[in-house]
Order: sequence, then C-alpha cells, then structure tokens
Amino acid sequence: MKVSNNIQAALKDGAEVTETSEAGNAGAQARESGHGATVSADTVITGAEALLKALIEEGVDTIFGYPGGAIMPVYDRLLDYTDRLRHILTRHEQGAAHAAQAYAMVTGKPGVCFATSGPGATNLVTGMANAFLDSVPVVFITAQVTAGLIGTDAFQETDILGISMPVTKWNAQVKRAEEIPDTVARAFYIARTGRPGPVLIDIAKDAQFENLTYRYSRCTYIRSYNPVNPLISRDIESAAVMINYAERPMILAGHGVIISGAMAELRALAEKAAIPVAVTLLGLPAFSHDHRLYAGMLGMHGNYAPNVLTNKADLIIAAGMRFDDRVTGNLKKYAPGARVIHIEIDRAEINKNVRADLGINSDAREAITALLPLVRERSREEWIREFRILDRTEHEKVVKPETEPEVGDLTMGEVVKTVSEMAGRDAVVVTDVGQHQMAVARYYHFTDSNRLVTSGGMGTMGFGLPAALGAAVGGEGRQTVVFTGDGGLQMTVQELGTIMQYRIPVKIVLLNNSFLGMVRQWQEMFFNSRYASTELVNPDFVMLASAYGISARKVTSRQELRETVEEMFSANGPFLLQAEVSRKANILPMIEPGASVSEVTLTYNGKS
Amino acid sequence: MKQEFTISLFSESHIGILSRITLILTRRQINIESITASESAVPGVQMLTMVVRTTPEMVEKVARQIEKLVDVLKVFVHTSTEIICQEVALYKVTTRGLMSGSMSADIVRKYHARILEVTSEYTVVEKSGTRTEIKELLTLLEPCGVLQFVSSGRIAVTRQVKELNTYLKEMDEARRNMQEAVELYS
Repeated sequence: MKVSNNIQAALKDGAEVTETSEAGNAGAQARESGHGATVSADTVITGAEALLKALIEEGVDTIFGYPGGAIMPVYDRLLDYTDRLRHILTRHEQGAAHAAQAYAMVTGKPGVCFATSGPGATNLVTGMANAFLDSVPVVFITAQVTAGLIGTDAFQETDILGISMPVTKWNAQVKRAEEIPDTVARAFYIARTGRPGPVLIDIAKDAQFENLTYRYSRCTYIRSYNPVNPLISRDIESAAVMINYAERPMILAGHGVIISGAMAELRALAEKAAIPVAVTLLGLPAFSHDHRLYAGMLGMHGNYAPNVLTNKADLIIAAGMRFDDRVTGNLKKYAPGARVIHIEIDRAEINKNVRADLGINSDAREAITALLPLVRERSREEWIREFRILDRTEHEKVVKPETEPEVGDLTMGEVVKTVSEMAGRDAVVVTDVGQHQMAVARYYHFTDSNRLVTSGGMGTMGFGLPAALGAAVGGEGRQTVVFTGDGGLQMTVQELGTIMQYRIPVKIVLLNNSFLGMVRQWQEMFFNSRYASTELVNPDFVMLASAYGISARKVTSRQELRETVEEMFSANGPFLLQAEVSRKANILPMIEPGASVSEVTLTYNGKS
Repeated sequence: MKQEFTISLFSESHIGILSRITLILTRRQINIESITASESAVPGVQMLTMVVRTTPEMVEKVARQIEKLVDVLKVFVHTSTEIICQEVALYKVTTRGLMSGSMSADIVRKYHARILEVTSEYTVVEKSGTRTEIKELLTLLEPCGVLQFVSSGRIAVTRQVKELNTYLKEMDEARRNMQEAVELYS
C-alpha cells in the first residue's frame, strides 16, 4: 500500500480508519500484558508518525541512525519533529549502534537506533551483540520491505528477525500500523527492566505509511516476563551470617552495581564490614580507586592482589557480575577455599559458571540495601594488609616502570596516567578494545562518579570512536575522553565525519604502536614471536583529523606529554592526540589462558 | 553422566518462540530427540515437550536460559521417573504379510493396538505407548513387510507440580498487588 503523503493527508480528514481484522490479536496481547494509566488522546496518524510519538512518550530525545529506502517514511516524518527529536546521522549503521549503546550507558535511558532494511539492518548486528553481552538497553528500529514482499527475497530484504534472535533480549516484526504503539511500549519495557538488553522492532514499509487510530499507554507488565523477583529475607539473613563469620571475605563488583546505581550502598557495606572490593572491567567505576578498601581489577590483566587473594578468600560476595572466563581463569582452580554468595538479577547466571553456595536472584542495590543493617561492624586489618603487600610488589615490578619510566619510548601507562590526572573526576571515559583498553583499566584512576564505556563481553574492535560520540551526546557537557588504538580506530574511523558534522567535543587519545598490539603480544608469548599480519602501516592521523577539521597533535616525547594533554583539554571542541608509544610493549600482569587466577605472571622476559 | 530429560514448558503462543528455544539448545550442542508442541489447557498458552540427553548440570543451565526468554512462562525439567509419558505410532504394513500369520489378532489382543484402515494392499495399525513398546511392535511387524512407520514426539504429564493454571493465577495476583502499590504511590 504505497500511498503518497498528500493522499494520506486527505484521508486523515476523511475518517479513514484502518481495518480491524487483527483486533482479536490485539485482544490477546491485552490479556498477556498490562499498560499504564496514562493514555494519550485518540488521533488518526500514519505508522511512521506513531513511531515517533511513541518514542517521545518513552522519554526519547535523541536517535542515532542512518536512512535508506525502506525507512524513508519514518525519516520524512522526523523532519516535522526536529524540535523534540534530535537525529545524529552516523557514517555507518554499526557506528549508530555503538553510539546508541554508549548514550544509554551514560544517561541510564535506553538508546535508540534507526536503520533501513537489508544491509542497514545487518550492519547493526555487531552493535546488538555488543549491547547484549554487556546488558545495555538499546531499542533498535529497522525497516523491512513491504509486508507482501517479506519472504520473497525482495530487494534489500533480510531476515533480521532471525539474524538478531541470538543477540537480542526480544524482537518483533510489525506488519500493520496499529501494532506500532503497543510494540514500542513492550520494547522499552523489556529493554530497560530486569537485566537490561537490546531489543529490535522490524517495521514493514507499508505499516509506516498506513493510518492508525493512535493511542499510547506505557507497558507495565508482561505475563510471561518476570524482570525482578522479590527478595527472600531468609537468604539475606543467611548472607549476613556468612559475611559476619567470614575471616577473609572479598566483594566482586560488576556492571550490575552501576546499572542498579548501588555505588553508595556498596561503599557503605564494604566500610561497615571492612571488606576489600575488587571490580570487573565494566565494574571499574563501581568503587572509587582511591578508597582504602579498593582491591583492584580482577581477571586476565587485572591487579595482582585481588587475583592471587581470590584463592585465599574464605567468602566471595559477587554482586552484579557473571564470572566471565576472563575474570575466573581456570574454573577448576578458582576460589577453592571460598563460599560464594552470588547476587545477580539474571537467574540464569547463578550457577552458570561458578557454583554459588547462596544465590540471591535480585537487583544488586535492593540486596545490598537489605544486607546493610544485618552485617556487623568489623575490622579485618590483617586481611586488608595482605592486599597492600601484594600491591607493593605489583607497583615495584609493573606499575612504576609502566607509568613513571625515565628513559625509552612513551608507554601506554604514562599517557593514561597523565590524562587521568588532568581529566575531571566525573569524566566519561571510553575505550576501544585491545592493549590500550587494558592500560586504561589498569592505570586510569576511576572514582564512582566517573563513567566507563567499554566493550567488555564482546571485545569489539572499532567500538571506541562511535561510542565516544554517543557518550558525549548523552553526557551533555561532561568531559568525554576516548582512548583508542591504531587498529581499532581504523575500523570505524569514518565516524570522524559525524564528530565533525555535529561538532561533538570528544577528546580522542590515540595510543599508536603501529601494531595490533594485543594480538602481537599473544604472538610473542604463545606463538614464538611469529608476527602474522599484526604490523600496520598507518596514515598520518594528525592530517586525517585535520581533513575532518578536528584539531590534532602528535606527541612522541615524555617532555611534551603533559603540555599536549593540557592543550587537548583546553581546546574547544573535538581534539585528537596521537601518542607514539613503544611498539612492542606487553600488558602485564597476565593470567595465561588455562592458568589459575593465583598463577599471575608479573614479568615476562621473552623467549630467546 | 548424560541421561534422558524431559523439558516441558509453557509459553505465549507467539511467532518465533520455538526458534529462540532451539537456538539455546543448539549453542550447547544438545540434540532434541523429540519435540511436541500443542495448545495447553489455557487459551493462548502453548505447551512444548522436548526430550534431550545431557548432564543434570547442563539441563539446569539451559532450562534457566529458556525460562529467561520473554515469551516463556515456565520451564519444568523431569527425569523419566517423574513423568507419565506416551507416544503414538502408525505402522503401514502389507495386508498379505499381516494376514499370513496370527499377527492380526495379536496386535489387538496382546499389544493393544488398533487397526485404522484395511485395503487389499496395506493395513494401517495405530499404537500408543512408551518408546520401547512402540519399537517392540515394530520389530514384530518387520516380517510382515513394513511400508511406512511414523511415531509422534513424547507427550507427558508430571506426577507432581503446581498446575499452570495455579501459576498463572498467582502471577495475576502479584500483578494486581503491584499495580495497587503503584497507584498508591502515584
């Protein structure tokens, strides 16, 4: 049903109401789900306009996207809504997906991303998978070919519903305009509740043109979907007893602590019971790094003390984390002496990797708040001192040479440390994936008012630059710094165009070693230094940035470093700082694949 | 140790739900030995019964992952002893072969099978029972010349669990309480 807008406008007044042959279907939906009390007045509009109005009802004001044939009706309507909906045109759909995710991570609201059918939709897949693994709410809207053509291999048709199934929390296809409001309401409800995640709505082109009687009510309930379970007081009591009687307890804080906003509660719990807090990669800003109970980051390139002492702890309190293999190392030799309390909103994560002695299937903040009055005040100086002793070893052997070198090439660590010292305490830090990401994780001093936007579970190279622009748009004036590598930057470097077009004030710190550094490190350590396809011949990034009208400067010496970082932060608008770092440095410490967390390698001398 | 489990689950009758469920099993390389989908006693709610062979730890993990799907209401995992299950089989055999011995009477009397259709060419026999019983009859009919054999997936009811109706009622109750609470605060 391809009807021009003029005809549509004429029909609007003629009280043309859509057929109601699927009213039974709508009735069935009503039985399974509940909607809020606020119902907007009935009006007859097109499906495209209904989509935009529904987004506004859900509190959306920013959309990242890329237009194309099938989604043109929506983009056409978007022109009439520019006062309420800001659209950021990226240079690739993948960029829009990552930007929407970063926007969600900074604002706490679901991100929204538009793409057309076929290649537009498939270009989102990496972004969806990335948001899925890191539990970020993003509502993806893709257009689909006309309903009658679906399934016929029509031009730019792809089965995005099928393709996105394993990487979305939920998805749905809309073939009729009247289904749009309720589907959008469900999508937002599912994306942001429980363990958040990406959802996708695929809208046939004719449904965008078709008229409907528009009324909107937010979704508040779906019968088959239980996002939060009530706390079981007996479990909280058991947890408190386990904590009170533990001699060497350790808290492992993950992304869930940040998602549920439990930073203050976590600090209170740690302080009251004197429990060291270790964090995961995505949990880095869950606990301030200058706090005396901060134990460091867990896992493969994490800190020495929390990894080694995991295997000395007698109690592990894991909150909002999922025991990823990068955190646990060899599961058979993980925390052999510890009982495990696992606080996790997703029931499927409890007992998935590490067997929990006590699983608390709830929101991290609720559980910690309930625990707080039941835990006893204690001091555990002996146990805390063990962390400090190992910290000192790590500092001498790794941290100091990496962050305060006096001779030789610039190191990633000293660049990160310098930026960290000069960025604001509430800066939004974004990274790409690889060695520089681990350098940021290790040497950036996060506070619990920082935000970190990084690709954790998926490890998506190319995430950094588009994520940074999304984070800066969402941050509204907050200082946004992205650390990236020469490999990752070039995977999505076209987004410099987006930064140029919207003058997005992103500070880009490129740690250039002219290598795919992390792969090269593994080649050195585990493949006899056979550097297969990891060396890069790079363009002049300063010139590249200049071509996009972005101020840029290259730094090669230690003496200029501080001054260049200062210039970057005092510059108005976006800036690219290209730091030429040591070409063949390794990220240490490291838990080698298959090794236990307590078998951390602090130094690596290389094989002769 | 791998053993046989029956996963029975209730889901909203929405398009694509079966795909999402099989994706979870496929990722873990678990083969579905039989699967049956049908409408449950509650309108709009579908019941799926799957038989898989895997370890007790793994079946628990996939059950939780399936239950996490937005459209899935509830998942139950049972070992063979905890359920009463049945399958239906149809055997198409040559009429001449069947009539040549005493098989035709035995089928009805001994094996409690039914004869659905008889022509001069073939006879169709129906039997319901356990997998073993169905296989047994197949072996017996083999000499008569089996032209076609087909059997259904497993259907099962549990010896004990909360009935789905009770479960749905509880969920509705919880929802009403929640909405009342919301209205109270707003």
